[in-house]
Amino acid sequence: MIHLLNAILVLVLMMNLFALGTSRIMTVIQTVAAQGALLSLIPLLAHGHLTLPVALATIAALALKGIAIPSMMAHALRDANIKREVEPLIGLLPSIILGALGTVFALLFASQLPLAGEHADSLLVPASFATMLTGFIFLTTRFKALSQVLGYLVLENGIFIFGMLLINVMPLMVEMGVLLDLFVGIFVICIIVNKINQSFSSMDTRQLVSLKE
Amino acid sequence: MSALNLIISALLLTAISGLPGLCFSRFSPWSQRIAVGFMSLGALAGLAGAGLALHHAPMTTAELPWPAIGQAMIGVDALSAFFLVPILLMGGLGSVYGLGYWSQQRHPGTGQKLRVFWGLLVAGMTLLTIGRHALSFLLGWEIMALSAFFLVTTEDQREESRRAGWIYLVATHVGTLTLFGLFVLWRWTTGSYILTPVASGTLSLGLMNGLFFLALFGFGLKSGLMPLHIWLPGAHACAPSHVSAMLSGVVLKTGVYGLVRFLSLFPDPPAAWGGLLLVLGAISGLLGVVYALAQHDLKRLLAYHSVENIGIIFMGLGVAMLGRSTHQPEWVVLGLAGCLLHVWNHSFFKALLFLCAGSVIHGARERRIDRLGGLAKVMPWTAALFLVGAVAICGLPPLNGFVSEFFVFLGLLRTALSNGAGMAAATLVPVLAVIGALALACFVKVYGAVFLGTPRLPPTTPVHESPVTMRGPMLALAACCVLIGLAPALVAPSLDRVIAIWWPGQTLTTPRLALLAPLNEISFLAITLVTLSAGLVWLLAPGRRRIPRVGTWDCGYAQPTSRMQYTASSFAQSLVGLFHWALRPHRVQPRLPEPFPATAAMHSHVDDAVLDRMILPAGQRMERLFGWFHRFQQGLVQHYVLYILITLLLMLSTLISFKDLLVRLFAR
Repeated sequence: MIHLLNAILVLVLMMNLFALGTSRIMTVIQTVAAQGALLSLIPLLAHGHLTLPVALATIAALALKGIAIPSMMAHALRDANIKREVEPLIGLLPSIILGALGTVFALLFASQLPLAGEHADSLLVPASFATMLTGFIFLTTRFKALSQVLGYLVLENGIFIFGMLLINVMPLMVEMGVLLDLFVGIFVICIIVNKINQSFSSMDTRQLVSLKE
Repeated sequence: MSALNLIISALLLTAISGLPGLCFSRFSPWSQRIAVGFMSLGALAGLAGAGLALHHAPMTTAELPWPAIGQAMIGVDALSAFFLVPILLMGGLGSVYGLGYWSQQRHPGTGQKLRVFWGLLVAGMTLLTIGRHALSFLLGWEIMALSAFFLVTTEDQREESRRAGWIYLVATHVGTLTLFGLFVLWRWTTGSYILTPVASGTLSLGLMNGLFFLALFGFGLKSGLMPLHIWLPGAHACAPSHVSAMLSGVVLKTGVYGLVRFLSLFPDPPAAWGGLLLVLGAISGLLGVVYALAQHDLKRLLAYHSVENIGIIFMGLGVAMLGRSTHQPEWVVLGLAGCLLHVWNHSFFKALLFLCAGSVIHGARERRIDRLGGLAKVMPWTAALFLVGAVAICGLPPLNGFVSEFFVFLGLLRTALSNGAGMAAATLVPVLAVIGALALACFVKVYGAVFLGTPRLPPTTPVHESPVTMRGPMLALAACCVLIGLAPALVAPSLDRVIAIWWPGQTLTTPRLALLAPLNEISFLAITLVTLSAGLVWLLAPGRRRIPRVGTWDCGYAQPTSRMQYTASSFAQSLVGLFHWALRPHRVQPRLPEPFPATAAMHSHVDDAVLDRMILPAGQRMERLFGWFHRFQQGLVQHYVLYILITLLLMLSTLISFKDLLVRLFAR
């Protein structure tokens, strides 16, 4: 079981790097959607046997992260009428290298942590850190509003992986609450993105500086 | 029904008084009527409770059902009840006054908000006076502070209101921060948040001094003691007048209450505390009245008079503290009686004056003193009631201000009889006398300029007397002033009870106030004065003889205008010049070189000593100093996320022991 889990996590790490290296926003949305869908399968694997709460959590996560959120974002993208993230702060290749360095850091860091025995040989902790770092790279180097949202989604995926360590003790209610938060957050942001586009005639978040006092 | 139950029901009634009104339309008069009903009911219940507690000395306590902090004690003793009286009286009267002054029809946008926070303000103050636990006290304190902020900024479309509100908010939060420090230190030294007197000799002098200075700063900031009064003039001037009356008459007194309550917890205070309170009070009193003389705005002037009166209250408290340190019960009784009675008196006459000022603003739509004039003819009620308040605030017999200032005088003079440290306090007697004289000059200026003479307003301005809903509360407050002035013996028993509980663990028996102060003689003098002046008025009454109406002698000038009268500024000019060293007035005046100059204008104004001359320049210097910091604050979300990331990584890397890491890396 742990091999299958690690295989999924490696796939997740590769998706991180792929997302960092693409300039077409639609592709990034699809990648992040696939990552989310993949992650929503982890509870099943981590548990080993199927119970009703776990099944519910899986279905809800799959529906939200794999279908609802990506389609909302694709819709916002169509409305905003843009295709690519042009002129990010650092280029695509440097961001891949940065992401790779972040992954290495995460692996080294996780090896230093005093983890419980059952987590020692799984990739859960390093994958979580690496994904969070990827989210941060997105947030700090991309300027289009939608890329920012994607950064938050990747960041949340990292947190979700970390939460898998506690899957046996985390109540279903907390899980559902987090998902609901995420959904509402993205929903609101997609509306705001549209508004930013209308008011500033652009999706560049640097324009928001003019709101500063 | 016990006193505490009555007061708790008053608390609940006032707290919710503004809420039902929110369900009504903005143009319906019913929201206001319901709020006034709730407030009056609450005020009556609370006043009944406070009266019961003032007459039955034993303290009743209860536990506030608040699981978060365990046992939040509340309780009513004579001291709480004494301060509850002005809070609830003004809460009820002010809301009635609002019916005319801030009616829902004329202020549909702000009326409902104002009444919600009015109720919360009264409830917050009620809670803090009955709080016996640091957290219930602080809860009341914060409810009061925040609702006062929303009340000051009622007219938040005006820039000066917003500015005054922000200054108030900063000041009040600095005060609350100090109080947090105070209560944490209290918890640390006594082991509990419950405010009960500590036993003698348990605290070291350093700790006691620490507690005292934190309390003095925190409570002094709220009560507007002189160097800490920065928020007071602006907030009082910009708020609606009944809110100013509440702020000046009652909210300032919660600071006094806090200090009086806190000082009652210490068994044997050092004599330096009393001396410091006396000196601070004298400075506050003198500079407060001097600054008031130089003001051109009616409400700002009254606000500076609050600083003055708080000074007098602190002088009384200083005498009482000196008496406790030197074990002189007479000083304690006279000083504290002066302090407490002046708390009541100031809340009556200052509220009355602010309500009269509100009536002037309501009737004439103008609050610059030099633009008003001759209002006594159109607003006879307001003029007469303002006169009552003015006589009271100047400390003249036969009204209440005289009685409390007289107690402070007696206390100060008692100290002169002793030999030792107390002698020094007696040197403040002339200062107190000068304060009274200057206050008199100031109110002669205000009354003469605003109510006497001929109108300076353009003759087209419709000036009218206020409706009965506004005159009623003013009449009630004036009646309180007259009653205490004529019969101070009525309040003496209550004062005795408060003084008895204020000095815990005293071994000497405190003498009764009636034995130390000539209460009956004061009554006699006051009644004689009233009779004489009533007789004089009757003799000179216009109905008895014809008063010929002729023009005044005008130097043969053919076209006199109302602008040629003595103005308030010109009246005060000589005194302002005398205190030039403190006021440093700015005068902008044109040079008139030719015999036929063009139209020109001059104006003068006085900056506040602390806010405009110290804090704002210091703030600007700080801003310049930290200008380089702006490059880190560009308003770009990406940068901020980067800062979070860097912080996170730095914190995570402290978990890694790099030595082990290197060893392990190279061992592979």
